[in-house]
Amino acid sequence: MISVSKIEKRFGALDVLKSISANFEMGRSYALIGPNGSGKTTLIKSILGMVVPDSGRIEMDGESIKGKWSYRQKIGYMPQIGRYPDNMTIGQLFSMMKDLRSDCKAIDEELIEGFGLDKIMSKRMHTLSGGTRQKVSAALAFLFNPKVLILDEPTAGLDPLAVEVIKEKILTEMGDSKIFIITSHILSDLDELSSHALYLDNGSLIYNDSIALLKEETGEIKLGKAIATIMRRNQKNVIV
Amino acid sequence: MIKIAKYVLLDILRNRFVILYTFFLFLVTLSMFSLEGNSDKAILSLLNIILMVVPLVSIIFTTIHFFNSYEFIELLLSQPINRKAIFLSEFSAVSIALCLAYVIGVGVPVTLFSQGMDTVYLIISGMLLTLVFVALAFCASVLTRDKAKGIGVSLLFWFYFTLIYDGFVLYVIYAFNDYPLDKVTLALVSLNPVDLARIIILLKLDISALMGYTGAFYKQFFGSSMGIIYSFVFLLIWAALPLSISLRKFLKKDI
Repeated sequence: MISVSKIEKRFGALDVLKSISANFEMGRSYALIGPNGSGKTTLIKSILGMVVPDSGRIEMDGESIKGKWSYRQKIGYMPQIGRYPDNMTIGQLFSMMKDLRSDCKAIDEELIEGFGLDKIMSKRMHTLSGGTRQKVSAALAFLFNPKVLILDEPTAGLDPLAVEVIKEKILTEMGDSKIFIITSHILSDLDELSSHALYLDNGSLIYNDSIALLKEETGEIKLGKAIATIMRRNQKNVIV
Repeated sequence: MIKIAKYVLLDILRNRFVILYTFFLFLVTLSMFSLEGNSDKAILSLLNIILMVVPLVSIIFTTIHFFNSYEFIELLLSQPINRKAIFLSEFSAVSIALCLAYVIGVGVPVTLFSQGMDTVYLIISGMLLTLVFVALAFCASVLTRDKAKGIGVSLLFWFYFTLIYDGFVLYVIYAFNDYPLDKVTLALVSLNPVDLARIIILLKLDISALMGYTGAFYKQFFGSSMGIIYSFVFLLIWAALPLSISLRKFLKKDI
């Protein structure tokens, strides 16, 4: 379980996260939703320790992650824009990662085959298209069978076939002992993939509960419409 | 950590700049010795080139390398790897590559022509100078966010230590020449790694008589084993200080 309590982060004059508190529990899949620049990626990077929050506490399995690094064994991360050393080939990248994580025995190469990356192992990273990079990022995130999967816009830039491959992978991996945190702007994807929704706006957490409850509350059947209702309601509050 | 350093080193060797640098140093050293019959004179001319080129190449190459491996650092940070280990392996890989280039490019040919203590000092001080400027480059890159700014700050460091600082020292000596200044200049020299390296070699070459009274004072101080230890220790401090500053900054940096 990951618990985030009262974390704040400023970038210069910009308040990116305003006292965010949330719990991420085992066996659940969380959709992280919000407009561009609402702090989704910053929240994710805080959990990964790549961004250090100004205040607040982040715990994983009851232990603070501040200054720690070994907890990341349990996390697979797929970044929004995967950037990799230009001179490496795909094959070298995967073998380097396996070498650096040689303690991890359970290796899951299903996505490498699923995306057909095994056929282009000798291509250098800088020659790859944006979509192929996304596939590499996704395959890396799942490679070490992590308990927690944090996927930042997993379906953006992928072709329809690849989207189906990754969705299927997420659905088969979902289980009692895993946590998924997925951000996306394609709400129909999230509707299929997640059970809970966190709605972030301007650095504040507006909604944090199950998607079923959200739909019930707003009287909508689709997640997209339900979120739109919340957004509209939120805007009204701001005006008032 | 050794594993990461290995991959960084492989990456550095893959782009051919370091090999080119080695070749350049090798060529310069060889031509100096073939132009000058006297090996002391050759070392002196070589010294003047080394004191400009080694700091410049070390600081600029390191800064560019750091910004180019930002992706790699980003990738490693999402893995269960200690930030400190990532930083130190980057530092050691770059240092090893550049020191190796120096030893092969300058050390090997110089030893062929002259095998005195001055050669040993030339090699050691050149390597220490490389370390100092690699550390300064890490400082410049960690403190800035984009490549252009980072390179700018690095160039500023280089200008300061190779040109501006000497002007400042000259000014001080000129303005206060009515006072005994040897202790003051000694302190001022310690504040500049390039000057420290220069003085170690100059005194070893036994041309301190050319430098008048101050030279004699330096000779007395740096010529002793205490003086040599002092200057090497100061060069090491010059490498350690910026390294620890940049490490501390890197541990808190948002990637």
